[in-house]
Amino acid sequence: MKDKILKVVLYTIVFGYAIFTLFPFVWAVAASFKPVSEIVGGNLSIIPENPTLDAYKSLLVENNMFWRWLLNSFFISGVATVCNVLFNTMAGYSLARIHFRGKNLVANLIIATITIPGQVLLIPNYVIVTQMGLNNTYTAVILLSAINASYIIMMRQFFINFPREVEEAGQIDGLSRFGIFFRLSFPIAKPAIATQSLFIFMGVWNEFLKTKLYLSSPDKYTITVGLQALSQSQGDSVPWDLVMASSVMSIVPMIILYIILNRYFLEGVRIGGDK
Amino acid sequence: MKGDKLNGWIFIMPAVIIIGIFCIFASVFAVYMSFNKVNMFTGTYTFVGFENYARLFSDPKVGIAFKNALSFAVVVVPIQTFLAMLMANVLNSKIKFKKGLRIVYFLPTLTSSSALTLIFMFMFSVTGPINGLLTSVGVITEPINFLNDSAFALKVIMCMNIWSTVPVFMTIYLAALADIPKSVYEAADIDGAGAIKQFFKITIPQLRNVTSYVVLVGIIGTLQMFDQAFIFSNGSGGPENSTLTPALLVYNNAFGTMNTMGYASSIAISLSLMIFMAAMVSNKLTKANKGVDE
Repeated sequence: MKDKILKVVLYTIVFGYAIFTLFPFVWAVAASFKPVSEIVGGNLSIIPENPTLDAYKSLLVENNMFWRWLLNSFFISGVATVCNVLFNTMAGYSLARIHFRGKNLVANLIIATITIPGQVLLIPNYVIVTQMGLNNTYTAVILLSAINASYIIMMRQFFINFPREVEEAGQIDGLSRFGIFFRLSFPIAKPAIATQSLFIFMGVWNEFLKTKLYLSSPDKYTITVGLQALSQSQGDSVPWDLVMASSVMSIVPMIILYIILNRYFLEGVRIGGDK
Repeated sequence: MKGDKLNGWIFIMPAVIIIGIFCIFASVFAVYMSFNKVNMFTGTYTFVGFENYARLFSDPKVGIAFKNALSFAVVVVPIQTFLAMLMANVLNSKIKFKKGLRIVYFLPTLTSSSALTLIFMFMFSVTGPINGLLTSVGVITEPINFLNDSAFALKVIMCMNIWSTVPVFMTIYLAALADIPKSVYEAADIDGAGAIKQFFKITIPQLRNVTSYVVLVGIIGTLQMFDQAFIFSNGSGGPENSTLTPALLVYNNAFGTMNTMGYASSIAISLSLMIFMAAMVSNKLTKANKGVDE
């Protein structure tokens, strides 16, 4: 009897919370298939009375900017991810495996930078980027997202915990340090690299502040900044159908990634927890 | 290995260059700017000592922004921590559909802050579903203008923030729950302790370190809140400064029309000092608690 009550309570909580989580998404999807008149008409029905694809058509066919924004997001997130994977992994490997003078100082400085709040770096970095003549370029955003100190430390930990035997065998076979790293160590680190790339990609894809600050011309916007611009495009009356349709579409790539790479997601949150 | 000293530096060089310029040099530069009057148009820096910091106390917006951030943290952090712990424990019990539920719960984490904010703005708009629901069940007679009413705007952002941050913290708790040895619970079973007693006597104490981490990350995150407030108010911090946060104030002073970059830097430095202090206090409190219990 007691067990039964407990079961009912547990299921009520989990499904209640699931509904709580899904509620806004369901409304967003529903609104994206409604004509504006129905959205602002205060209609309480989730299911559209006059379902329409107008919002999607307008975004994907008539508005040539939307594709551009998606493409920009893919490009910036993709390049930033490649930079991170390469540089963070190399740095972590160097700190874990190679002995060189000043290593401890470098490692401690890298760890210390994790605690610096973003707001402090915002203004000086803007001045530096402007001085470099990189304002309104993808390079500015990519450069500022190209390294992640937390993942350098994570990769260092990964290589410290990993047995050296494979590398020693490579050394006997006459491989150079670069050969060992790129042919042996890098492939071994695949799971850690997968987790890292996933979270970096998602972070840059969802980034708002940097892209808003550095990319000022509409053809350079990423999808997050584009969404915000779209919501402001008609003055005080927000075109909710377009805004909801584009919000929904901005989430779809992340959901696909999440479903395919589910196990790396959980691993990544765990790594975040150890920081 | 031969030539390895050089290799060590070559491998770490990209990271050193980028972190050196955009983190370490930038931090020093930020402190320097906070003691200067910076004219971005002419590129001139005039040393003004503590003038920027003194101005913090006479600028009414600073007080409002810091008060907003603090009340935001005070409301959001306990609720998100409680919900995350609760949901992790529920998910950790013997229930079905775990995998599907996890995917659903994780959706807000996958979504960008701009999409989230716009979806919530839609939900809370005058003709939106929340007003529709409240009027149809008779809680209110006239729709509330949640987005443009200073009494509600920050509360909407609080709801959104709780809703969107619980999943990550829940996952951290889930990982920690998996690490509690089963034998502890088995021993309690033998002693005849019920599920609720076990939760309070075993689970919560075992999760203490994780909880202090979650609280710390929560405090840091809420005090730095920017994206949601910016999109919500289109950068103004309105209505009536009710969504103005320190981070938003930094942005507006630095990149607005006011040309007050030095002053903005002093706000940023003050914000980070406050974050460091909050972190230390929360650390001390967790440690003090430990001393009492053990």
